[in-house]
Amino acid sequence: MNQEPNVQEKKARVRQPWTAKRVGNLLLNNALIIIMVIAVIYIAIKNPNFTQAPSLINILSQTAAYLPAALGIGGCIVLTGTDLSAGRVVGLTACISASLLQNAANLANKMWPQIGTLPVIVVVLLAMLIGAAIGCFNGFFVAKFKLHPFIVTLGTQLILNTCLLLYVQMGNNKGAAISNLDQSYTSFVKGKLFSVGSTPVPRYVLFAIVLTAVMWFIWNKTTFGKNMFALGSNEEAARVSGVNVFAVTMGVFALAGAMYGFTGFIEGARIGSNTVNTGLNYELDAIAACVIGGVSFVGGIGKIRGIVIGVVMLRLIFIGLTMVGVPQDLQYLIKGGIILFACALDMQKYLVKK
Amino acid sequence: MEQPALLEMRNITKEFPGVKALDGVSLTVRPGTVHALMGENGAGKSTLMKCLFGIYAKDGGTIILDGKEVDFKSSKEALENGVAMVHQELNQALTRSVMDNLWLGRYPKVAGIMVSEAAMRKRTREVFGELDVHVDPKAIMSTLPVSQRQMVEIAKAVSYNAKVIVFDEPTSSLTEAEVEHLFRIINMLKERGCGIIYISHKMDEILRISDDVTVMRDGQWVATRQAKDLTMNEIIKLMVGRELTNRFPPKDNVPGDVILDVEHLSGKYTRLKDASFQLRKGEVLGIAGLDGSGRTEVLENLFGAMTKEGGVIRLHGKEIKNSSPREAIKNGFALLTEERRATGIFGIRDIKENTVISNLSSYLMGGLCLSEKKMKQDTDWAIQAMHIKTPSQTTQIRSLSGGNQQKVIIGRWLLTTPEVLLLDEPTRGIDVGAKYEIYQLILDLAKEGKGVIMVSSEMPELLGICDRILVMSGGILAGEVDARNTSQEEILTLAAKYV
Repeated sequence: MNQEPNVQEKKARVRQPWTAKRVGNLLLNNALIIIMVIAVIYIAIKNPNFTQAPSLINILSQTAAYLPAALGIGGCIVLTGTDLSAGRVVGLTACISASLLQNAANLANKMWPQIGTLPVIVVVLLAMLIGAAIGCFNGFFVAKFKLHPFIVTLGTQLILNTCLLLYVQMGNNKGAAISNLDQSYTSFVKGKLFSVGSTPVPRYVLFAIVLTAVMWFIWNKTTFGKNMFALGSNEEAARVSGVNVFAVTMGVFALAGAMYGFTGFIEGARIGSNTVNTGLNYELDAIAACVIGGVSFVGGIGKIRGIVIGVVMLRLIFIGLTMVGVPQDLQYLIKGGIILFACALDMQKYLVKK
Repeated sequence: MEQPALLEMRNITKEFPGVKALDGVSLTVRPGTVHALMGENGAGKSTLMKCLFGIYAKDGGTIILDGKEVDFKSSKEALENGVAMVHQELNQALTRSVMDNLWLGRYPKVAGIMVSEAAMRKRTREVFGELDVHVDPKAIMSTLPVSQRQMVEIAKAVSYNAKVIVFDEPTSSLTEAEVEHLFRIINMLKERGCGIIYISHKMDEILRISDDVTVMRDGQWVATRQAKDLTMNEIIKLMVGRELTNRFPPKDNVPGDVILDVEHLSGKYTRLKDASFQLRKGEVLGIAGLDGSGRTEVLENLFGAMTKEGGVIRLHGKEIKNSSPREAIKNGFALLTEERRATGIFGIRDIKENTVISNLSSYLMGGLCLSEKKMKQDTDWAIQAMHIKTPSQTTQIRSLSGGNQQKVIIGRWLLTTPEVLLLDEPTRGIDVGAKYEIYQLILDLAKEGKGVIMVSSEMPELLGICDRILVMSGGILAGEVDARNTSQEEILTLAAKYV
């Protein structure tokens, strides 16, 4: 008896005919992937180096570097919000991570000479904790005072900018770039995972894969994830169904903050020489990746898969277009165009024609 | 006969800034009975229920559930203690699946944090099976028709195994068959010993399924009686506080020549398939039909708010296109939309702006600057002519009652001096008393020589004030009847013609 509907559903699926409309819809729904494939083929023909290990691994590692922040911000967008403070959190945690993990042998260039070299794992956790704390701060204002996240995180962004400017003047640093990083730090982040040909794949690619898996699990398999989608879809419905709206909102922003913190930790080592400019405007790339990947500002809609595709897409544009000789100046135009195109396409799914 | 009460609400008071929303209201629900809660809009029914359900904190009074005093601080607490509610507005996460919505707030878990999709699916089937609800648990909410979403909401409330279930206007979007289905479910709950609180405006429903009836007026308790001792007129009298001798004003409009001629109108994306009719000067033309029969679509296609597939519209014999609302307004059409809150009023803007918004071009001085004085004059005219009860022109429209909001919108359209007024459910969600005033306004407009087309779900209303009634069925104009010598049965038969 209980099996019956299931069988019916399956039958219904099989019976759908392949009409022109259905094919058209299928093409539309996957337009971005199709464009991506065409772009890859075009670039590969124009410049065969593109399909060689170095450039592929370059795209892979850049994707890995930008992915965690996008995964974090995705949750905020699912709640019909956004997070403009992401880039500054990345900058702050990058500078903090780098300053705590400088080479102790070169005391003169060390920001905090009195602190020895901390264990890497402590610094990762600290960076994520700082990020989560800032996320809680954002989430508190959003959930408690019902402010739009755009406003809250705009405020936080500015506040953090000052924090960052002050931080790099502290200790021995006097506003200089924070470099001279400890070997344990750089090898933990940038060390060789394995090599393809002679090109090493950095370890942070593995971290990004693990984080993506964790986020996928949280979004799809946990109560928290389901509550997050329900809240983004209809806050009042969630409230009257007994969902703790305050806690879920705080949780989403805190989780996002922890992701930025982790990104900051990676960027600290990846860039190697950190200034107040580290992480600047990262939130814009992250938001762009999310909306390209179909995380909708309508709320309650989004997939981890989409975010990954969005990040890859943006990196492809930057790296691939450079390889076929498209000038840097034009790349912003293409990026902007893709965002508009992707969102207009996405919106078609939710528009009801009258 | 006398059973111990399952739920007792005693002397509940609740104040909002400037208003006493509830003033010492008491309500007693016996197990295994349906207690109907009635009153005009704004009488405080929903507020009382929100105090019970923990959405509002009451200011005074006691609530006793199963012999124990309770005071729920949140919906979660209410649900955990055996009180569930079907809310008036459909509160659903539309982008999520049916079963995600059903178990929201209490997902079956594995290992503490993981949600068990399998358990969720199994339990959804169990609940739907028990209640005989046929909805795919995995369907996305937004793809379902409103009536099915409503059934999901009802199934959800039942699935809490609550002792007390509140139904706040559950039938407003249900078809007749689904209403019967709901009543079967309610009877089943009664047999289990649940206490049901049932809020509805539909008198026949109330008289059919309730055991007790409590009537509220202006935030106060008026009476509690046994349903079998009450009649429809007595309930109305208790609700309104005075006897309503005539529900409709005298009909004294005289239809004249044909002004509008519509042939084979059909919608491109909407379910209107074929409608041909004529409208006379000074006539009130009704459109009847079931929900989803294409009534609204006739008006919105005519007005250009929906895309037309085909058809010819002639105004005074001259063909017009009306391909957008702007064009329709220029041609002398006006549309009062079905969902006042969603598409009628600009809630946080004031009366004046809401009144003049469709007529702004006529207030331009030198083609640039709006004349404040003229706008004030016209708003004053609307307030007087429509008998709008408002403290001032600068009052936010959302603070007015539904009836007064509707009058503002009618006033807005009259400023554009329309010839054809399209009214979609002009009295929906409006108090019994205010309805009379709206009817009077409609008839006055007809007397002034306007043509009025009016869609309504309330048959008595159509029979009471229309001259002719068109009946829609399955997107097709199924027939036309003379309002003076037809019956509800004839209209219902036509309405079922193409279903």
